[in-house]
Amino acid sequence: MTTEFNTFPAPPPRSVMSPAPVPAPGRAERVREIATELRGLRGALIPILHAVQEDLGYVDQTDIPVIADVLNLSVAEVHGVVTFYRDFRRKPAGRTTVRICQAEACRSVGAEELAAHAKRRTGVGFGETTYDGKLTVDEVFCLGNCALGPAVQVGDKLHGRVTPARLDALLGEAR
Amino acid sequence: MKVFVPRDAAARSVGADEVAERIATAADAGGREIEVVRTGSRGMLWLEPLVEVETPEGRVGYGPVAPEDVDGLIAAGMLDGAAPGGGAGLGLVEELPWMKRQQRLTFARVGVIDPRSGDDHAEYQGNKGLQAALALSPAEVVEEVVASGLRGRGGAGFPTGIKWRTVLGAESDLKFVCCNADEGDSGTFADRMLIEGDPFTLIEGMTIAAYAVGATEGYVYLRSEYPDAVEALNAAIRTARERGWLGQNILGSELTFDLHVRVGAGAYICGEETSMLESLEGKRGEVRAKPPIPALEGLFGRPTVVNNVLSLATIPTILANGAATYASYGMGRSLGTNVFQLGGNVARGGIVETAFGITLGELVNDLGGGTASRLPVRAVQVGGPLGAYLPVEQFDLPMDYEAFAAAGAMVGHGGIVVFDETVDMSAMARFAFEFCAEESCGKCTPCRVGAVRGVETIDRIRRGEDRRQNLVLLDDLCDLMTDGSLCAMGGLTPLPVRSAVRHFGKDFGS
Repeated sequence: MTTEFNTFPAPPPRSVMSPAPVPAPGRAERVREIATELRGLRGALIPILHAVQEDLGYVDQTDIPVIADVLNLSVAEVHGVVTFYRDFRRKPAGRTTVRICQAEACRSVGAEELAAHAKRRTGVGFGETTYDGKLTVDEVFCLGNCALGPAVQVGDKLHGRVTPARLDALLGEAR
Repeated sequence: MKVFVPRDAAARSVGADEVAERIATAADAGGREIEVVRTGSRGMLWLEPLVEVETPEGRVGYGPVAPEDVDGLIAAGMLDGAAPGGGAGLGLVEELPWMKRQQRLTFARVGVIDPRSGDDHAEYQGNKGLQAALALSPAEVVEEVVASGLRGRGGAGFPTGIKWRTVLGAESDLKFVCCNADEGDSGTFADRMLIEGDPFTLIEGMTIAAYAVGATEGYVYLRSEYPDAVEALNAAIRTARERGWLGQNILGSELTFDLHVRVGAGAYICGEETSMLESLEGKRGEVRAKPPIPALEGLFGRPTVVNNVLSLATIPTILANGAATYASYGMGRSLGTNVFQLGGNVARGGIVETAFGITLGELVNDLGGGTASRLPVRAVQVGGPLGAYLPVEQFDLPMDYEAFAAAGAMVGHGGIVVFDETVDMSAMARFAFEFCAEESCGKCTPCRVGAVRGVETIDRIRRGEDRRQNLVLLDDLCDLMTDGSLCAMGGLTPLPVRSAVRHFGKDFGS
């Protein structure tokens, strides 16, 4: 039993070790503009974060104090929200994001094998981006296509009954 | 002449867009005047893309239709409703055994109407429920919903009318109606299909709720994994505002109510109602302790109705046709119809709306046709990731809240996931804990830490380490999580785990 505590943890994946992204010039102004436009909504923080990510690709660490300032929240509060939700990326994703459902219904028809296949084909695991920056692969828990699994989402487009061959075709189109 | 092709995300996931395009192109080339109407899906998902053609006798179906089949089908007379050879011709859709077996009340219009068309909504009994409600006093509307016996379709099964009565009785200058459309449970997709296939009915249900409890603002918390549903609902809300179905003086009455969509951000826990309210307020989706109940102190501390999509979408038919009609369906204290969803390894997956009381076996075998892999069914999980795994020996269980609770299971949101004999149930039990560890909001210790300890304990059992003692430890951990967790996430994760151990002990080495 003691071995579990004595082994060294596995090194973090490459993606975690990569340096923080450098925000583009003018980014802070754009973030302020978005936040100011949406601040009147009830519970504006999450719509603002969605809008920032939609417009600028991800939520940068330097965006957080700007949004906090506009909403009159503490930096810690905004940071806490950004890190709570899986959707908010802390660095840019690949040009296309492919998400493979790993929930029960898709598991019953081979979603785990499909995930292993994707990893072999792309060389990246869940949450990682290929070296050429074209593809981010991730897992997702349920896309609401449970009768036509395994389900895969490419960008916003849903795909059903995705066999390994079909996945290869989708990955090919995405690259 | 009208040809109907679903625009539902599931239908599109297997090529409905391409089929619709091919039909339009081929008809054009053949000089046929047709209108391709993009409907929701009928819920016969194994037949998607399902094309329907309007004929004097009714809509004739063809499916599944691949894009490359279109030209041949048209040559064989599909646009005249003729039945070509080869099996794609299904005859009258309403007469198919799958449809005949159902009683569609909540889903009556899904797959029939054009979800983008305000005209269709008006033509197919739209706003009839709202008009009936506006002719009553708010308290009378609440009592009508109480009398219908409607219970929360999100999973908890709390009587909807009782919840409304509490909000109506609460004093406040601002009240909210919130629709929980954070349908994160695997095996459930009815909320998505309703929003994509008939969003006006949800809007109408929420408007009736607002009138009944005195609310002026509504929010739909819709998960980001459903981009098609977000688009469909936003389009319907715009149309509803233009037509005076939302806003001020709705249908010429004194009622003022407006509705907004808030998109979730990938947190399963936000399907829990208090976590959803936190998220709507722009915070981390951490569960709140109850009391206070949301009916009294909900969104921004104001009295708030929180109902599931299906509960709210059932309100118009209750008001339009009377509580007694609705309550005449069902059994015991589970009245009305429920929208069951067949998914996973199932031959005929999709939506089955039928009165409570149908057995699990009828759903899985008669309607679902067994597994898609053609291997024997070994287990089904009912009610999402927090629902129990049941063996075929329990297929005579009636779909009824109380009967399921007595069997140590739950109906939940009505999702049924089928597994064939290749499933390893200790792996599924491990996944239940793994999922809980991943999705726990972290507020209470039994859930946050218990889930991690659960994964470790099952790993030891799977490796055969002190198996007997670890099974006792697992049982103890499940007791603690059940009794000590703040919400259903930690409190119900033991349900799939324990049911897997109980019914499939062989997979745990016993």
